[in-house]
Amino acid sequence: MSRWTWLDAWPVYRQLTGTDPLGRGKSAESKGTEQLVARTATADRVARSVCPYCAVGCGQNVYVKDDQVVQIEGDPDSPISRGRLCPKGSASKQLVTGPQREQHVLYRAPYATSWTRLDLDAAMDMVTDRVLDARAKGWQEHDDHGHRLRRTMGIASLGGATLDNEENYLIKKLFTALGAVQIENQARI
Amino acid sequence: MSTDHEPGRHRLYGRLDDPAADAGHVEHPPRVGFFTDTSVCIGCKACEVACKEWNLVPDDGMNLLGMSLDNSGMLGANTWRHVAFIEREAPLGGQVSGVEGMPTGASGVAHMEATVAAGLRDTERGGGELGTTTVDLGMPSLSLPGAATGAESRTDFSWLMMSDVCKHCTHAACLDVCPTGALFRTEFGTVVVQQDICNGCGYCVSGCPFGVIDRRPQDGRANKCTLCYDRLQDGLEPACAKACPTESIQFGPLDELRERAAARVEQLHERGVPEARLYGEDPDDGIGGSAAFFLLLDEPEVYGLPPDPIVASRDLVDMWRHAGAACAAFVTAAVAVFVAAGRR
Amino acid sequence: MGSNMAEAHPVGFQWVLEAKARGATVIHIDPRFTRTSALADVHVAIRAGSDIAFLGGVIKHVLDNELDFREYVVAYTNASFLLTDEYQDTEDLDGLFSGYEPESASYDPRSWRYRSADPAQHLGGFDAGEAKETGIGHQLGSGGPRLEGVTGDIAADPTLQDPRCVYQVLKRHFARYTPEMVEQVCGVPRAQFARVCEAWTRNSGRERTSAVVYAVGWTQHTTGAQNIRAASILQLLLGQIGRPGGGIMAMRGHASIQGSTDIPTLYNLLPGYLPMPSARTHTDLTSYVESVRADKQKGFWRNADAYLVSLLKEYWGDAATADNDYCFDYLPRIDGDHGTYRTAMDMVDGKVFGYFLLGQNPAVGSVNGRVQRLGLANLDWLVVRDLVMIESASFWKDGPEIETGEITPENCRTEVFFFPAASHVEKEGTFTNTQRMLQWRERAVEPKGDQRSDLWFMYHLGRRLRERLAASTDERDRPLLDLAWDYDAPGGEPSAEDVLRRVSGHDLTTGRLVDGYLELKADGSTSCGCWIYSGVFAGGLNHAARRTSRLDQDLYAHEWGWVWPYNRRILYNRASADPEGRPWSERKACVWWDASRAEWVGEDVPDFERSKPPDYVPPGDAVGPAALRGDDPFVMQADGKGWLFAPSGLVDGPLPTHYEPRESPVRNLLYGQQASPTRKDYARPDNPLNPVQSRVFPYILTTARLTEHHTAGGMSRHLPYLAELQPALTVEVSPELARERGLEHLGWAHVITSRTAVEARVLVTDRLVPLRVAGRVVHQVWMPYHWGNVGLVVGDVVNDLFGITAEPNVLIQESKVASCDVRPGRRPRGPELLEYVAAYRRRAAAEDPEHGEAAAT
Repeated sequence: MSRWTWLDAWPVYRQLTGTDPLGRGKSAESKGTEQLVARTATADRVARSVCPYCAVGCGQNVYVKDDQVVQIEGDPDSPISRGRLCPKGSASKQLVTGPQREQHVLYRAPYATSWTRLDLDAAMDMVTDRVLDARAKGWQEHDDHGHRLRRTMGIASLGGATLDNEENYLIKKLFTALGAVQIENQARI
Repeated sequence: MSTDHEPGRHRLYGRLDDPAADAGHVEHPPRVGFFTDTSVCIGCKACEVACKEWNLVPDDGMNLLGMSLDNSGMLGANTWRHVAFIEREAPLGGQVSGVEGMPTGASGVAHMEATVAAGLRDTERGGGELGTTTVDLGMPSLSLPGAATGAESRTDFSWLMMSDVCKHCTHAACLDVCPTGALFRTEFGTVVVQQDICNGCGYCVSGCPFGVIDRRPQDGRANKCTLCYDRLQDGLEPACAKACPTESIQFGPLDELRERAAARVEQLHERGVPEARLYGEDPDDGIGGSAAFFLLLDEPEVYGLPPDPIVASRDLVDMWRHAGAACAAFVTAAVAVFVAAGRR
Repeated sequence: MGSNMAEAHPVGFQWVLEAKARGATVIHIDPRFTRTSALADVHVAIRAGSDIAFLGGVIKHVLDNELDFREYVVAYTNASFLLTDEYQDTEDLDGLFSGYEPESASYDPRSWRYRSADPAQHLGGFDAGEAKETGIGHQLGSGGPRLEGVTGDIAADPTLQDPRCVYQVLKRHFARYTPEMVEQVCGVPRAQFARVCEAWTRNSGRERTSAVVYAVGWTQHTTGAQNIRAASILQLLLGQIGRPGGGIMAMRGHASIQGSTDIPTLYNLLPGYLPMPSARTHTDLTSYVESVRADKQKGFWRNADAYLVSLLKEYWGDAATADNDYCFDYLPRIDGDHGTYRTAMDMVDGKVFGYFLLGQNPAVGSVNGRVQRLGLANLDWLVVRDLVMIESASFWKDGPEIETGEITPENCRTEVFFFPAASHVEKEGTFTNTQRMLQWRERAVEPKGDQRSDLWFMYHLGRRLRERLAASTDERDRPLLDLAWDYDAPGGEPSAEDVLRRVSGHDLTTGRLVDGYLELKADGSTSCGCWIYSGVFAGGLNHAARRTSRLDQDLYAHEWGWVWPYNRRILYNRASADPEGRPWSERKACVWWDASRAEWVGEDVPDFERSKPPDYVPPGDAVGPAALRGDDPFVMQADGKGWLFAPSGLVDGPLPTHYEPRESPVRNLLYGQQASPTRKDYARPDNPLNPVQSRVFPYILTTARLTEHHTAGGMSRHLPYLAELQPALTVEVSPELARERGLEHLGWAHVITSRTAVEARVLVTDRLVPLRVAGRVVHQVWMPYHWGNVGLVVGDVVNDLFGITAEPNVLIQESKVASCDVRPGRRPRGPELLEYVAAYRRRAAAEDPEHGEAAAT
């Protein structure tokens, strides 16, 4: 990865010897200031990513320290974005690390007034049961004129457009094999 | 290295070509700053967000200000970049607004401004209790004499946006009046608050002629733009300039920026934008020029900037010489603390 | 036009400003003066929903003054082709084309065909009646419509003088789109209109190009596809397609919404814009192929059979054989509109039992949100997968219908599963951006807790379903059991690279990854999940993951990501050279014929058979790519030409025509036909529409995004740094309307339609201006649509204000324009809100019939 550093042109950087009669500069530096370091410099690794908001496709560098995202900023190598990000792209770290993120499966039983937690494995099992049930209830083999339909109208899906291509591919493939046709996306909206 | 002091100039006022050296950084990197070209600002506020993400600045509350699309209002402890939006019932050079020939009535700009200004005056600022703020803070204003036509029907419109920031003055009153040494000038010529020193006295708040620095409600300490001091040391540009989608915010060595800015003004003049002018780039102005300077498309007051900012500590030396002279309460207080606390 | 690029795509807008810095003129035509207008040279305020009238006026200006790029037009478009005598224009039928069938509100398009040079031959089209129900316009995205017999000679007049030639038909069709009419219909004063015409035409021709940028401001109309068609006509006339600096750019709004269309999760499409089989016409593979593409047509869509069979081989692997039509019969069939709005209404009616919401929030993001939420409340079960708790998951306890009493938790039977999703940095995969570029994302960190990718969810749901049915002997389960579902899944997480590899495609005889779709076969010897993406993994390399710095490579940055098809950056770039294969000008050179090397070369990957010379004339019996002449640049089109006139493929007419929005405050000044005659209405009590020209709903409502928020808010209203920048729902009004209705800046107001009333804080701004339309002053109000009841900042759902009326080609809702009223103060609360809105409906229904429903033809 190339990185433009404006300091490259300044080899004698930080050689400090002079006086500071008013005590407003070098001599005023605190311990905290001396220890200051950019957290991008201390990251363990940088993942090359793409902004998840609009469709411009700005490059993002995701800085990771101790398996935590510590900074996300524009990728200067990108011919699309040249390292720049809009306010949403600039808020990406908050998007992925903020407390608003749900971490647990939540379940609301019919007629319940609140959420309860549910084990992920159990939830997957329950959804599997329900898919088979709804599929059977909505199954249509033929239309009124005898044309083959071989489909279920019992299951529908609506996807967002921040899904990966690979995810969309599996969604369409699996639902098609199930016979579900009401498989839709933000792309219609 | 020492500065050649001309008559009427001293370390706290007047032209000073190398503030870093003046502050004891003898061999230091070039002085750096921001050139904010408002003629290409799209008001996206990426700078505000990128700044907060990098510097871990808290949010500033979920309050609708409604000054056009501006809800941040002004620079403060939790807003180190602020994008001002100015709706004007006036044309902008080189632009056709599309208002002409429409069935319009009177402009709503004055109504908007009056409504928002009423709310803004109540905004708290840390340090404001000293009652010594040097400028009427913050808000862009259209109340220039003659700015409002008062016509029955509006015939033109333009919309200015500007990302404001700490100016990192050549003569920085905040730094001059800081009694604890929390504020200091870096080897890059920038002015930074050291959070491990600041005791929250608030003198710096009163000292700033731009209303930039402010105490954070959460801990009382003074906060403002550091020009991403930590990033500079790692060779990175500040977060706001890095993010800016249109290069409205340009970072670099100040000399280069000044050249670029002069060329840009000339280019805009050639292209029929006679309004283009620079603000803060003049080393001979009341603050010795600022490291963060601007290309504006109207008078500074329109953007909420003081037209002729003067470092509040300009008169400190005179006051030392003429003890007992009448002076502003704030300056007295500042000097008292300044002298008492001394410097390391 | 139809795009607020600086606000919705700020980083993309840097290139507009770069062009401006180099001397380009930037014109923004939009109902509001936006942050885009602020940086433009010219802003033109236009009435929402009048774009075709405006563009039609520019087309007329070009034709009347013969400002078209004649060499380009004659050689590369269908301008010279003759239509049959059956064709009748809107000029003849007061706003309708020939073939209109009022009972079905659809067209029989047979009369729109080209005339064959051989009088005995008919050049075929398609059945628009069924097409409207099945969204076929959308299915023709990459292939273009079927057009039989066009490899033969189409009758033509290269002098463009024959009154039945497309050029003259066009001239007649747009004859009434005068500057005076533009002024009356669009509210754009003549001087402003003339300025746009002058700038647009001046920057055309050999040396100069102009680009058009649009977004959902064009698509979310009952005339959405035709808005874009109008721009296409203009850009073709001016010679701007397939050339650097030209073109029409759709600014799409989501990270991979282009990918969601290419590899569709859409009911009417299979990957690569292959249609889903229709019950009535697609009884087997042969009938499907025959109806999807014509035998005697030109270009690469002729090979649609290879694309489909390769897809079936990817879906069903070894189970797909020639003997069983490659499992074609495993595909479920469609027989009508199964779009997302139809489905929501079916939920209300109890016809749908289970629903998956995968990163989508229709309770806020879809129009007529009440129908959406009442539908959600009438399911057996609902699965929501998202980063955060969204309105569509919690509607049963805090939605707007809780306040009105229409839903109570105790009476809501829907069982809801909320699965936390992994974010973009916690999974790997590709997004396809608005320029068709696939970019791979590396995984930065592992997701936490139960957070999983959708890849994980679908893979394991499929695995469990297959395990559950493993012993089934029911024929209905065969497609699931035979499904090729053996993706690599180390540690349980399926490999996105493995999926992408199979999307790119294999030669099954050698196991080699194919280089591109030219290698795909219809004999079952290749597999490919999406033919247009074929080659993204060519040579075993993940081309989407390439990241050679822009500083270290060519002008078009071909080593960054991968653009379908074949990493071409400009589609149809053969048109960047003249018929003889020379660049139109040195300034605008892109690809050209190099006679010494006998191949096409240049800055971009040529979108043409590399060794086919410019003067090539195919033999008479050639079909498909082989039938393309050396000067047929539009290689996907059945006739190789750019279509000024669409002889097939559109269900609402071969030429764009101005129709008023479904809810318009004015009469159509151009024709007796008021609104799009083929628009899709959903007339039912829970989808009431405002009467046309209603005085009860006198204003125009339009909506858009703010830079600071994202769509339905799930990715922005929960983030402090974004929420604080735009903390409240606002409604923008002009000072003139503010005075008319007594609205105060920052005060409350509410906007009312037949659906509901929504309250917001008022921004009185000079950025909105009243328009003079049809002789009277018309006000437009604007709202952002990001708010809902969950998040750091909350507000009413603006999309609740819109009714459901759809564009007939693609079934996208008309959500960029409605009529409304605006009143000061907050809206009524609780059940009183329902009564308040009902009273509005009653008043509107009681209006003078001249102003009522009767005009909504």
